[in-house]
Amino acid sequence: MVVLKTEGLTKEYRTGFWRTRVRVLHDLNLAVHQGEVFGYLGPNGAGKTTTLKLLMGLIYPTAGRASILGRDVQDVAVKAQVGFLPENPYFYDYLTGREFLHFYGQLFGIPYRDRRQRIEELLQAVGLSKAAELQLRKYSKGMLQRIGLAQALINDPQVIVLDEPTSGLDPVGRKEVRDLILDLKRRGKSIFFSTHIVPDVEMICDRVGIIVAGRLVRVGTLEELLGSEVEGIEITASGFDEAVGSQIAQWSVRPPVQHGDTVFFAVRTEKEASQVMEFLLGRGASVHAVHPKRRTLEDLFLQEVAKT
Amino acid sequence: MSKISAITLNTFKEAVRDRILYAILAFAIAMIGSTFILATIGVGSGPKIIRDIGLGFISIFGTLIAVFIGIGLVHKEIDRRTIYTIVSKPIHRFQFILGKYLGLILTLFVNVTIMTWALMGLIFIGEGFWDFRLLAASGMILLELMVVTGIAVLFSAFSTPALSAIFTLSFFAIGRLLDDLRLFGEHYAGPVGRAVIRTFYYLLPNLGRFNVSAEVVHGVPLGEVVSGVTILYGSLYVVALLALTSLIFQNRDFR
Repeated sequence: MVVLKTEGLTKEYRTGFWRTRVRVLHDLNLAVHQGEVFGYLGPNGAGKTTTLKLLMGLIYPTAGRASILGRDVQDVAVKAQVGFLPENPYFYDYLTGREFLHFYGQLFGIPYRDRRQRIEELLQAVGLSKAAELQLRKYSKGMLQRIGLAQALINDPQVIVLDEPTSGLDPVGRKEVRDLILDLKRRGKSIFFSTHIVPDVEMICDRVGIIVAGRLVRVGTLEELLGSEVEGIEITASGFDEAVGSQIAQWSVRPPVQHGDTVFFAVRTEKEASQVMEFLLGRGASVHAVHPKRRTLEDLFLQEVAKT
Repeated sequence: MSKISAITLNTFKEAVRDRILYAILAFAIAMIGSTFILATIGVGSGPKIIRDIGLGFISIFGTLIAVFIGIGLVHKEIDRRTIYTIVSKPIHRFQFILGKYLGLILTLFVNVTIMTWALMGLIFIGEGFWDFRLLAASGMILLELMVVTGIAVLFSAFSTPALSAIFTLSFFAIGRLLDDLRLFGEHYAGPVGRAVIRTFYYLLPNLGRFNVSAEVVHGVPLGEVVSGVTILYGSLYVVALLALTSLIFQNRDFR
């Protein structure tokens, strides 16, 4: 079941003195399915935030349409089923964490008793129970991101849209957010999140869309996008003389990298790798590791970005 | 309704947790207190001076709060991007405008009430009785402030705070002088000038209508001072301003 869909979604802005039209999003066709984590990957300025703003009704499309749970995103009623965390969220810093969540709960019309219980659960889930009475101006960036996530979940939404949820967080914070997303997925929620951090997508996404310069250039599962083909074999070896070193440099598909006595290099095929290993071992060298190198999402991402 | 009241209370909380408001209020009360000194200079007309200047201060400081909070009311939400988490919730944009507006009106109501009671307390100390007629005058001041806030919020929905302040204060000044402007037009302007001034007269808010301080001070019966037509006029003007603000806000992209 498709829970989030865009059809020919296009956005143009008018900029400058002459109000020139600039197209920032081109004919976006996208579908997010029930219960999946969809990573919307793109470099800065690619149009990720524009897409999310269109989905949240913050801006209006120049052409095309977007729908969530089968209803147009401009329909206010559909927002009752949606949670949203904007990029670098700025909140009402004079409110305490608890007041802040009560405020957003009220915007959903959640009765006080239910709201109070939900807020305690959420504060617990994002690890802010002890900071609930602190004003948000005293929160760290990581704490703000977590309370932001809590407000996005206050209505127990079916569809959760997150704009760069791990951006600017330390490794611990990033892991916590990733774990939270996976927990939401386990509970049957559908998550659409934008990011420029490739490892986050690789770790938690079921499907990925790559957007570059306002155009969706790739979409699919990691397997569909990357395939299982081995791109090359990486070899780590040591204990050989200069002549052998020069020979390695000729075989390697990229300049060998040397750390002390140890050299890292790569060859194209498994057959070449066998020949190289035989050669090295025959000359008394030590082979420490042999790794088949598969194409990574980062490779694909950089390749797509380089095309523009 | 609960969604609007949530925004109203949040706006009120923002205002009352800002120390600047307390500074303005403390200064206003100090100024109202200073009328006591002025009254001692005016032989015989002291009580009138206290009331006249005291109500003047309530109006001035109320306007200052209305303008300087009003101009940032919507703009600040867009600038700080707090609007993103509001518009993405199941709330209509007009509900947001209405909630923000009512939050500032609640703030003004509390402030005007405190200033009025301070003035009434001052009169009680000097004259030994509570002059409840001042409540009528301050009620009309509040009505005027509702119109001024409406203007500030309208500009705040599409302009920067600096420009909004200039526009709102200009509207306030013209609104206060509208009767004089019309009188001037009738006497000195040509047919075209008269038509232009007349158009402005009917289009712009006639804030002079809400200024009943002189009548209250000089003992005119309250029934003649507080007119139902003026209240209706002020209320309709506020509705029109909020409708226009909502229309502008509805079509805005939050980039």
